[in-house]
Amino acid sequence: MTSANSFSVSGYGPERAGWTRLFARDSLARRLDWPILLSALALSGIGSLLVYSATRNRTEINQGDPYYFLLRHLMNTGIGLALMIGTLWLGHRALRNAVPILYGLSVFGILAVLTPLGSTVNGAHSWIVLGGGFSLQPSEFVKITIILGMAMLLAARVDAGDKKYPDHRTVLQSLGLAAVPILIVLLMPDLGSVMVMVVIILGVLLASGASNRWVFGLITAGTVGAIAVWQLHILDDYQIARFAAFANPDLDPAGVGYNTNQARIAIGSGGLTGAGLFHGSQTTGQFVPEQQTDFVFTVAGEELGFLGAGLIILLLGIVLWRACRIARDSTELYGTVVAAGIIAWFAFQAFENIGMTLGIMPVTGLPLPFVSYGGSSMFAVWVAIGLLQSIKVQRPMSA
Amino acid sequence: MTNIPETGRTPRVQIRLVVIQILVLSLLGTLGGRLWYLQIREGAAYQKEASGNHVQQVVDPAVRGDILDARGVPLADNETRLVVSASRTDLLKQKDDGEAVLTKLAGVLGMKPADVMRKVRLCDAETPQPCWNGSPYQPIPITDEATAKQALQIRERAEDFPGITAEPEAVRRYPGPGKSNTSQVLGYLSPVTDEEIQKAKDTDSPYLRSDMVGRSGLERQYDKALRGKAGVTRYEVDNLGRVIGKARSDAAESGSNLITSIDSRVQRVAEYELDKAMKVARQQYDKITGENYKADSGAVVVMEAKTGRVVAMASAPTYDPNVWVGGISAKDYKALTGKNSEYPLLNRAIQGQAAPGSTFKVVSTAAAVEAGYPFDGRYPCTSSYSVGSQVFKNFEGENFGPISLGRALEVSCDTVFYGLADKEWKRDGGINPEKGKPKDYFYKAAHQFGLGKETGVDLPNEVTGRVPDRQWKQDYWKANKDAWCKSGKKDGSYVEKIAYENCLEGNKMREGDSINYSIGQGDTLVTPIQEAAIYGAVANGGTLYQPTIGKAIVSADGRTVTEIKPKKNGRLPVSQATLKGMDEAFAGVITRGTAAWKFGGWPQDKIPLHAKTGTAEVYGKQTTSWLATYSKDYTVIMTIAQAGTGSGASGEAVRNIYSALYGVGGDGSVDKKRALLPEPQKSLPKVRPDGTIASPKVAGDPAKDVEASQQDNPSNDDGQTPATSPSPTTGNRDTRRRRRGRGSRRMPT
Repeated sequence: MTSANSFSVSGYGPERAGWTRLFARDSLARRLDWPILLSALALSGIGSLLVYSATRNRTEINQGDPYYFLLRHLMNTGIGLALMIGTLWLGHRALRNAVPILYGLSVFGILAVLTPLGSTVNGAHSWIVLGGGFSLQPSEFVKITIILGMAMLLAARVDAGDKKYPDHRTVLQSLGLAAVPILIVLLMPDLGSVMVMVVIILGVLLASGASNRWVFGLITAGTVGAIAVWQLHILDDYQIARFAAFANPDLDPAGVGYNTNQARIAIGSGGLTGAGLFHGSQTTGQFVPEQQTDFVFTVAGEELGFLGAGLIILLLGIVLWRACRIARDSTELYGTVVAAGIIAWFAFQAFENIGMTLGIMPVTGLPLPFVSYGGSSMFAVWVAIGLLQSIKVQRPMSA
Repeated sequence: MTNIPETGRTPRVQIRLVVIQILVLSLLGTLGGRLWYLQIREGAAYQKEASGNHVQQVVDPAVRGDILDARGVPLADNETRLVVSASRTDLLKQKDDGEAVLTKLAGVLGMKPADVMRKVRLCDAETPQPCWNGSPYQPIPITDEATAKQALQIRERAEDFPGITAEPEAVRRYPGPGKSNTSQVLGYLSPVTDEEIQKAKDTDSPYLRSDMVGRSGLERQYDKALRGKAGVTRYEVDNLGRVIGKARSDAAESGSNLITSIDSRVQRVAEYELDKAMKVARQQYDKITGENYKADSGAVVVMEAKTGRVVAMASAPTYDPNVWVGGISAKDYKALTGKNSEYPLLNRAIQGQAAPGSTFKVVSTAAAVEAGYPFDGRYPCTSSYSVGSQVFKNFEGENFGPISLGRALEVSCDTVFYGLADKEWKRDGGINPEKGKPKDYFYKAAHQFGLGKETGVDLPNEVTGRVPDRQWKQDYWKANKDAWCKSGKKDGSYVEKIAYENCLEGNKMREGDSINYSIGQGDTLVTPIQEAAIYGAVANGGTLYQPTIGKAIVSADGRTVTEIKPKKNGRLPVSQATLKGMDEAFAGVITRGTAAWKFGGWPQDKIPLHAKTGTAEVYGKQTTSWLATYSKDYTVIMTIAQAGTGSGASGEAVRNIYSALYGVGGDGSVDKKRALLPEPQKSLPKVRPDGTIASPKVAGDPAKDVEASQQDNPSNDDGQTPATSPSPTTGNRDTRRRRRGRGSRRMPT
C-alpha cells in the first residue's frame, strides 16, 4: 500500500499540522508499542543507577571518575535509542533484504575476534578492543542476524502463500545459516552466547511452524551436544568449575563457589525493601565480582530489595508479554518469527542471568538485557526493540 | 483497518506462540519465586551473613572493676602500664609493610628488630610463637613494660612511627594492703579459652578474644559484674579487608567495683597468726607419732556472727596472687599445681574438710535435747565406756561423775555423749532396725545444722563435707564393697580386719559408728566455713546465715549500688533455753574448760568469749586441731591439720585475732584506739561523685602491732609447755582428747 519507510505516515486522510499529526489516531506515535518502550527505558534507567552504585568506588576500573560507568551506560542507552529509531525507520522488512550484508558483516566480525584483533575477558575470547576504552562484542549482533536470516528463509515461501509450513529443505538451509556463526562463537569459546543462540533457533523454529520433528530433533541434538561437550572435555577448567559450583554452592566458598555465594548473600540480605541505593554493604565492599555487568542484578537485590528486584523482573515481563502480543498479531509469518526469536533471546538471557545470581542456574557470562553495563549488548537489545516496534507499526500495512 | 487482523497463520503456529508465552511467564514466575525465597523467607539469615562479611570489630577492653575491703581499701585493682602496640592495618599500608618503622621502634624499645617483627605477625598453623593470635584489626601489643621516656619518644615523633601507639593500659594488680594476701579468696584471672568463647557466643555477655576471665575466688564468682563490657569499634571493610568506613560502635563500660566484707587489717592478722601458729606447731613434739607436728595446712575464718559476713578468711599454704598477673610462667604454675606443691590454690576454709572432733559436740548436745534428754540432767562422765569387748575411753581416763550436758561440753567429756548416742542407737533398733523406724536424732540434727551441704558462701567450688548417716553408709558400701571383700581378712592386719568387717556389714549403722560419730570422729567431715556458720548461729541466737564475702556491687560511675544482703539458711533446732545453756558452757571453756590455759587474763567481763576445742583423728596422720570460738559479734574458726589439739595449736592465734579486733592488750586491758574492728563495719565505704571509692590508708603491718601489744600476755610465757600440762595460772584440768592406744577402739577410716 505504502512504502516500507513509514516514519511519515501518509496516504490516509488530509494532511495535518505536525503536532496534531503526531497524535493522530493512525499516527506512528499512536501505533508504537509504548509499554515495551517505556519498560525498556525504565530498565535502562534502573540499570544506570545500579551500574553507578556498583562502580562508583571501584577506582581500579573507573579511572578515578565515579561517574565513568554511569555516563557510559547512559550514552550506550542513548545510542541504543538511536539504533532503535534507525531500525524502525528502515523497518524490519527492509532489513530482510539486507540480511546477506548483515550476515556477512557479523560473521566477519566474529571471525575477527578469533584473530589477534580480539581480546580475552574472563576466559572468553569474544571482544574486539576499539581503543579509547571502547570495545565491541560482535557475538551480540550475531544473535540479530541469526534471527533475521532464519526468519527470512523460513517465512519466505509461507508468506508468499506457496506453503503452509516451511519444508525440510528450508529448515535445513536456515539451520545451516545459523550453524556457521554458532560454531565460530563456540571456538571463542563463548558458551553463554552459544546457549542463547541455540535457544533462539528453537524459538524461531517453533514460531515458523516447522515440523515437530525438527523441534524435538533440535532439543535432542542440543542435549547430546551438551553431554558430548562435557564428556570430551571441550570445556575449559573454569567452565567445569562453574558448573560444579552450581551443583554444590557450598563447595569451596572462597574459591569457585565464591561468586555465587557472595551473590546470594547480597541478594538475600536485601530483604523486602533493601539496604537503600548506594547503601549495600556487599556492593560497597565489592564482594560480588563483575557487579556492573553479569552480576548487576545483585545490586538491585541488595540495595532495592524484593520490591526493586521484583520490579526489574516485572518490567522484563512486560517487555516479553508485549513481544508475545506482537508476535501473535503480526500479519505475516516473517514478523512473527522475528518476534519469537527476540522473545526466546530476551527470555533465556534474562532467566539465565538472574537465575545464576539467585543460584538456580550455573554461572555463564551473559548480560541482563538493558540493565547490565556493556555497549554491544545494549545496542543489540535496542535494535531488537526497534524490530519489535517495526513489526507492530507495520502490521496494518501488510502486503 | 479491520478488527480481526488477517494474520493468515495456521493454528499450529498460534498454539506454539501460546506455548512460548506460557513458558516465558513461568520462567519469570520462577525467578520471582526464588527471589521471594531468598529475600523474604531466608532474608534474615543472609543479612547476618552479609554483616559478618563486611564488618570487622576492634575491641576496646573494659577496665575490670576493683575488689575492695569493707573500708574501701583495694584488694584487687588495676595498675597502669605503658603498652606499645602496632596496628597491622596501618603497617601494611606502608611500602615495606612497616619494616622500617618496626626496626626504628625496636631501637627505641631496646629490642631486637626480629623479635618485634615476630610479635606482629599473625599466627597460623605453620607460624610458631611468638605471633599474634587475636584479630588482625586489633592493635598488637609489642611490650607492656615501656618506660615513660620510651612512650614519649614514640608519641612526640608520631609521624616517624605511623601505626604505632604508646598508651597507658590497665593491668590487674593485687596490692596486698598492710601485707595482707587474701589470695585464695580473691582468686585469679587467666585468658579466655576458645571453648568459653564458643559457649558464651550467643549469651548476653559474650567473651572477646582478649578477655581475661576470673578462674577462682571472687574474681570468678563476680566475674560478670567485675568484667564490665568491652567496647567495640566496628569497621566496614571491603573484600580485600581494606577499611572503607566506620559502623556503629559501642563504648567500653568499665566493670563494677565489688565491696567485700573483708577487713584487710583483720585479714592480715588472721593470715599472720595462722602462719605463726603452724610454725609454732612444727616445733612441738607429738608423743603419739614420735615426731614433731607437720602442721601442713590450715585455715581460719573470721565471720560476723549476726550477718554471716566474712571479715577474714585465710588458707595455708598460700601464694602470691600477683604471679598470675601478665600471664603465669610454666615454672610458677607447676609450683602452684604440681604434685609436690601442697596445692596452695585450694581455699581450705571452704575446700578443706576434716572430721570436726569435739567441736561437733554442739550438734550432739542439740540432738540429745531433741531426743528428750534434758540439758540440765545428770549424765555419767565415767573414765571409759564399754560396748562388748570394745572400750571407749575418756582422755587420760578422767572421771567427773554425773554432770550436765553443759558441763560435758565445757570439759569435753566424751563418755557422756557415748552413752547418749549408744542409748539412741539401741532405741532406734540396734544393728537391724525396722525400716523407716529409726529416729536418728543425732544424724538429723547434723543436717539441720547445715552439715553435709554447701553453706552457699559466694565463692566457687565449695565442698559439702559429709554426714555419715544410714543413706551415706549404704551408698558408700555399695561403691566400695567389692574392694573391701577382696582385700578383707578376718585375721589379717588392722586394715584387713576393718575391710573384712566393712565387707560384711559396712552398709549398717553399727554401734561403734554411732558412738564415734557422737564426738565428731569417724567418717564425719566438715569445712571451716560450716563451723563458722554453726558457731555464728549459736552466738546470734540460732540463725544459720549463709556466709557472704561480697557486700555490695558499685557500678563504675558510682550511681548504682547493689547491696548483697545477708541471707538466712535456716535455724538451729535448739530452744533458746538450751542455747543459753550452751552459751554458758562455751564461756566456761574459756574460763575453766579446755581452752582456759590459752585465755588467761582475757577480760572476759568486758568481752565475753566462747569456745569449743576439737582434736580429730585421721587414720595414718597426726590429729587435726579445731578451735571454734565466738564473741558477741564475731565467730572465729581455726583449724590446722596435723597439729595436735585445738587449744594447743590455735589458742594463742585465735586470742590474738580477738585482741586485734577489740584492742585487748596482753595484760587484759582494752584500748579502743587499738581495736581494729570493735564492731562490725555496717556502712559501706563512701562512693565519691566520680564513682571512685574513698579508702583509708593501711600503714605498716597490723599483725606486728598486735604482736607487740601482746608482749605481756601471761599465756605467752616462754617456759610454758602447752601441749602436755594444764596451765598453772588457771588451775584447770586439761581435758583435751587424746588418741587411745591402738586396738582399744576402732580407728576411723
